[in-house]
Order: sequence, then C-alpha cells, then structure tokens
Amino acid sequence: MMIWQQLQSIVGSYPLALRGLGTTVAVSLIGLLAGSLAGFALGMLRAGGNRLVRLVIGAWVDLIRGTPFLVQIFLIFFILPEFGIELEAFTAGVIALSNLAACFICEIVAGGIGAVPKGQVEAALASGLSRWQRMRHVVLPQAMRIILPPLVGQYVLLIKDSSVVSAIGLTDLTRVGWLVVQRVPNGLLVFGLVGLGYFIVCYPLLAIARRIERRMSAAHAEVQL
Amino acid sequence: MLGNFSFRVILESLPAFGSGLATTLWLSLIAFAGALAVGIIACALKLQPAKLLRAPAVVFIDAIRATPLLAQLYFLYFGLPRLGIVLPELFVGILALSLNSGAYVAEIIRAGILSIPRGQVEAGISSGMTFAQRMRLVILPQAFKVTIPPLLGQAIVLVKDSALLSLIAVAELTRAGQSLASDRFMPAEAFITTAACYLILYYGLKALAALSARWVGLRPARQDMPA
Repeated sequence: MMIWQQLQSIVGSYPLALRGLGTTVAVSLIGLLAGSLAGFALGMLRAGGNRLVRLVIGAWVDLIRGTPFLVQIFLIFFILPEFGIELEAFTAGVIALSNLAACFICEIVAGGIGAVPKGQVEAALASGLSRWQRMRHVVLPQAMRIILPPLVGQYVLLIKDSSVVSAIGLTDLTRVGWLVVQRVPNGLLVFGLVGLGYFIVCYPLLAIARRIERRMSAAHAEVQL
Repeated sequence: MLGNFSFRVILESLPAFGSGLATTLWLSLIAFAGALAVGIIACALKLQPAKLLRAPAVVFIDAIRATPLLAQLYFLYFGLPRLGIVLPELFVGILALSLNSGAYVAEIIRAGILSIPRGQVEAGISSGMTFAQRMRLVILPQAFKVTIPPLLGQAIVLVKDSALLSLIAVAELTRAGQSLASDRFMPAEAFITTAACYLILYYGLKALAALSARWVGLRPARQDMPA
C-alpha cells in the first residue's frame, strides 16, 4: 500500500524528472562534443607536435587524470569567480566535463596514432603528402580502428561522471533523485529509478563498444592472415 | 584575483588535510580489498557454463557499469535504512566503492584469464591435468601477472572516486577541503591543497603501476609456441 502511494508521489514529480534528464543529456552532450573536438586536436598535437607542446599537454592531462572530478568542479566553480569570471552552475559543469573529456580522449587518440606502423608515415612522406594530408588520409583512418572501442567506453564513463555536477546544485538526474528522496523516503525505489534512467542511456553504448571491439579484432585477424 | 592567496592558512590547516589524506588512503585500501573479493566472486560466476550461475554476475556487472557511482552511493545511503540496515556513512561509502570497483575488477580478471592462449589449455589437457590443476598451475599464474597493471589502474580510479564520499559527510580528503572552503571562505587555498594531496597519491600509484608493467614485460608469459 505504502509503496503504491510512494509510486504515485514519484510519478507526480515527473516534470522535475524530465528537467533532470534534460540537464543530464545537455551537459553530457555538450561536454562530449566539445571534449571530443578538443581531445582529437590535443591528441594529434601530443602524438606529433614539438617537444614543448607535448610536454605541456602531457602535464595538463596528468593533472586532470590525477585529481577527482568533484575537486575539479569545485575548483572551477569557486575559483574562477575570483578572477572576475562569474559562472552559472551549468556553465561550470559543462566546462569541467569538457575539460575532463578532452584529457581522456587526448590520451586515447595519441595512443591510437602511436600504434600506426611507422612505415605507413614514411610511405606517405615518400608520396609527397603534406603533414595534414598524412594525418587525414593515412594515419587517422588506421588509428580510428584502435581509437573507437575505448572511445565509446570513455563516453559511457563521461556520461556517468556528469552525475557529479549535482554537487554544485545543478538539477540533473541524480540531483532530482536527491530532491525526491527527501519527500519520498524510499531510497531503493527513487535511486533505482534514477539508475534506470542512466542505464537506458549507457547500456546500449556499452553494447556498441563491445560489438565494435569484436568486429575490429575480427577484421584485424583477417588482415594478419 | 588570487592576490591574497594565503599560504599561512594552508599551513595552519595542514593537520586537517593530513588526517583527511590518511582517511582517504586507508578507506581506499579497505575498499580495494573488498573490490578484489567482489571481483573474484563475480568473475568466477561469470565464467561458469551454467546459465543460472552466470546470469546474476552478468546482471550485477552490467548494472554497475551502466550507472554512476554517485547514484549507487545514494542508493545504498538512502536505501539501506529502508531495509532496516543502519550503518555509519563510512561503512556505506566503503561498501559502495567495493561493489562499484568490484564490477570493473571482475572484467579485468576475466580479460586476464581469457588472454591466456588456447594452446596452453590444450597442452594442460593433453598432459592429463584436471580442470582444477589447469586453472591452478597453468592459467592463473599467467593471468595473475597480466592483471596487475590494470588492477593498479583501477586502484587509481578508486582513490579518486572516494572523493564522492565527501557528499555523504565522510571526513576524508575532499571533505577537509570543503570544510576549509566554507569555514574561512577560502576555496582557492582549500581545493588547490586538496588537489595537490590527491596528486601525491596519483603519482605514487602511477609509479607503482609503471614498475609492475615493467616487471610483467621483463618476464613475459610465454606466448604461442612456435610450431
């Protein structure tokens, strides 16, 4: 009986839930898009570029990979205002997530590029391709095979990390759960539903990552025959 | 600007950060031990041929991997009392971290076991070894080595994830930063120091991971025998 009432109460707060879902999707989507663009650019620089650029990118990536995302969000949200940059929670969350995404994707891309056999680059050089042409027509297409499976897996991790933006008061899916559970004291039910929301988005991506990996390794085995 | 950045405040609150760092360290250690236990059990179940044994492990691992740790943490924090189980925040946090990392550890161990070339198993069979002997003498010693570097990688993730426990009021490192930030309105000092403490742990674990990777690489498990 009680569960029935609680369910009704939860169903009643569906506008809030929709808003939360919208925020989670918006933060994740913008973060992943911006992060992918920056991550690919940084990854290419990291794999090629001059030594100083590589060093600086490497140091930044290490700083971001070595600290919790929660601390990064606090740093951006509370410290940028001291430099006169007033941020809304949403902007701060998006900046933090984009930066995190860029750093992890940079490593994946640099790793993928590094795994392309040297002979390929030399052949492209010998064919008189420019640096950009070498990257675009020779190196990246082959590197994508190595980059793609971990990239999709990383997307799942980043979508899940977006839940941490709730800590600065952004009303995302996790925050909605936190708000509802104050009114409906059934954590199992409320956060079971919140988890389900994330599961619906993340599980298909995980399945895709698994399938790509299998297909890529199968394609690779064919080549190596 | 950060013109009035105060190193004195940082020095004054070093003891608080020290105890926060210590708490983060030992709760991560316990949680990692728990994750190993959870991971070994989940992996053993997932490798069973019987579907009835495999299914719970598959559901557990997928459910954990497709939902955020923070939602899992709140699920336990707000949900356990509902079942009449009232635990201190610290226990709830360690439990959540163990279950979460356990799912990833299970996948790491499984990948390690499956990476052993099939020829090794066949050689074991043709030498007349039982399943248990093959596992104990052939597969696990080789798989064990392969899993050490990714397991240390997971340990790094776990230490960083433990920062979320500050959101259920566990007095660990990030909480120490939050206290300083709110008590004295010095977020810059507070969170930069917090980040620096995590970096110490990160670089320590990273060096350990690199060392273990070299150890694994120096004495590689024999790959496929030449025909």
